[in-house]
Amino acid sequence: MLQEVWKKKGVREAVASYLFMAPTIIVMGIFLIIPIVYAIFLSFNRVRVLGDLSYKWSGLNNFIRIAGDERVWIALQNTAEYVAIVVPIQTVLALILALVLNSQIKGKNWFRIIFFLPTVTSSAVLTLIFMWIYNRNGLLNNFLDFLHLPTYNWLGDPAVALKSIMLMNIWSTAPFFMVIYLAALQDIPISLYEAATIDGASGWEKFFYITLPLLKPVTFFIVAMGVIGTFQLFDQSYIFSGGSGGPNNSTLTVVLLIYQYAFKSLDMGYAAALALMLAGVIMLATLVQRTFFKEN
Amino acid sequence: MTMNRSRWLKVILYAILVLYGMITVVPFAWALSASFKPLSEIIAGGVNFIPEHFTLDNYNKIFIQSPLFGRWLFNSVLVAVWVTGLNLLFNSMAGYALARMRFPGNRLWFFIILAVLMVPGQITLIPSYLILKYLGWLNSYQGLIVPTVVNATFIFMMRQFFINFPNELEEAAQLDGLSRWETFVQIVLPLAKPALAAQAIFIFMGSWNNFLMPLIILSDQDLFTLPLGLNTFKGQYISYWNYIMAASMVFTLPALAIYAFFNRYFIQGVTFTGSK
Repeated sequence: MLQEVWKKKGVREAVASYLFMAPTIIVMGIFLIIPIVYAIFLSFNRVRVLGDLSYKWSGLNNFIRIAGDERVWIALQNTAEYVAIVVPIQTVLALILALVLNSQIKGKNWFRIIFFLPTVTSSAVLTLIFMWIYNRNGLLNNFLDFLHLPTYNWLGDPAVALKSIMLMNIWSTAPFFMVIYLAALQDIPISLYEAATIDGASGWEKFFYITLPLLKPVTFFIVAMGVIGTFQLFDQSYIFSGGSGGPNNSTLTVVLLIYQYAFKSLDMGYAAALALMLAGVIMLATLVQRTFFKEN
Repeated sequence: MTMNRSRWLKVILYAILVLYGMITVVPFAWALSASFKPLSEIIAGGVNFIPEHFTLDNYNKIFIQSPLFGRWLFNSVLVAVWVTGLNLLFNSMAGYALARMRFPGNRLWFFIILAVLMVPGQITLIPSYLILKYLGWLNSYQGLIVPTVVNATFIFMMRQFFINFPNELEEAAQLDGLSRWETFVQIVLPLAKPALAAQAIFIFMGSWNNFLMPLIILSDQDLFTLPLGLNTFKGQYISYWNYIMAASMVFTLPALAIYAFFNRYFIQGVTFTGSK
């Protein structure tokens, strides 16, 4: 009987398929799908981690606590400021670099290879290199002094510290998006530009009426990725501030806050609620952008 | 007149390229230079890129006098190699099954993988930690490796790759009496090399550079990977920038070497991310 079932091709194929899928199903199940459900459960509980793990149902308390938590608002404000400055600058910079690399000039491949370097370097290393450059009497201040420009305490001044991380972040992520823009630019058919030239369009007109509109889907993708990436900022602020989010909470991000509550205060229920809130904010931001890009 | 204009345009384009090239390279050059300077020169705070008193002491110090550094390098390589190897195999298997095999639940699993792509990693951070704790895998290699051996993005990428794959080869293989598994290993995988290369690089770099997961899972310094070790190192030698930069350089060079040889696949990988 069993042998007859086994002889059917469909059954054999299904068994083989599930063997192919097995590693994915097991690992994703245990470390992705169960955790998502578990995170929702945790967010409605008070969780005790020390000693035996124990839960106590607390309803919406964790979420109510978020609204009154001053540090959450500081982190959100930092993150919002971060998104508002970093995303537009890195997107425009990526586009400019891609346009230059897309022109007919010699040696552009070498420049592309060099520009991409920061993207392959770890955030830990980049942060340390920039902390060294941002030092009180470090390279950047020396350079500014040489140009007779004001110098700053890049690491220690609460008014500047977040800007220091922003500068570093723009520098390290713009090249990644540049490559995506470059690929999109190379997909635009040359015939469109040729037709426009025949119609007497200037270079600027071609850029505004052909290039930009055709890049819109890619721009949406780049802005969305940029927003998600900046909302998830962690490594840089952690290393910069030694895990504190200082000076004076100026480099505190939402993910750093989640880390602190979960693994320093061991308040995992509340931290899980914060993580869910972050996911909600990210999804909302993506939705808002989608409608914005569709309307225009 | 137009000749003149296009020549000016060229000058401006080159100026932009060179300027941005310098902005990219200077931080690396400055770090490299610090790694060859003695502490006295670091403290003096000059802006010379070529060390006045060239020394290899910093490298000597981090490898010979802090024995943990070599250990961290070993851990990072071990974890990254395992994670990369298993990802290549498992993501390809799943991508192949989703693209080529008929089974109940095919569409459902594909949908789940797409949905999982949109979930930010921070949500699973705390539950994963608790699950690893329950399994007794905190502070272990497997705790670092197993949760990351499959990747939804690359399963999706492999599926797209296999869907456009010519059918004839596999049909011929089946006529020759090869099983699904034999076909997959002997025929399909060797032909998927370009897709595998792009994937391998991204996964290797992701694992090599990962900071957050090791930070929460590992407490034993013997098991630290380099990013974590580097952060500890920075805490120990707060103003010894010569040591910190030497350590940073040791950590960066393997990644740069891989990039130098395979930069074509990097670009392919990024381009794929952008077009999905």
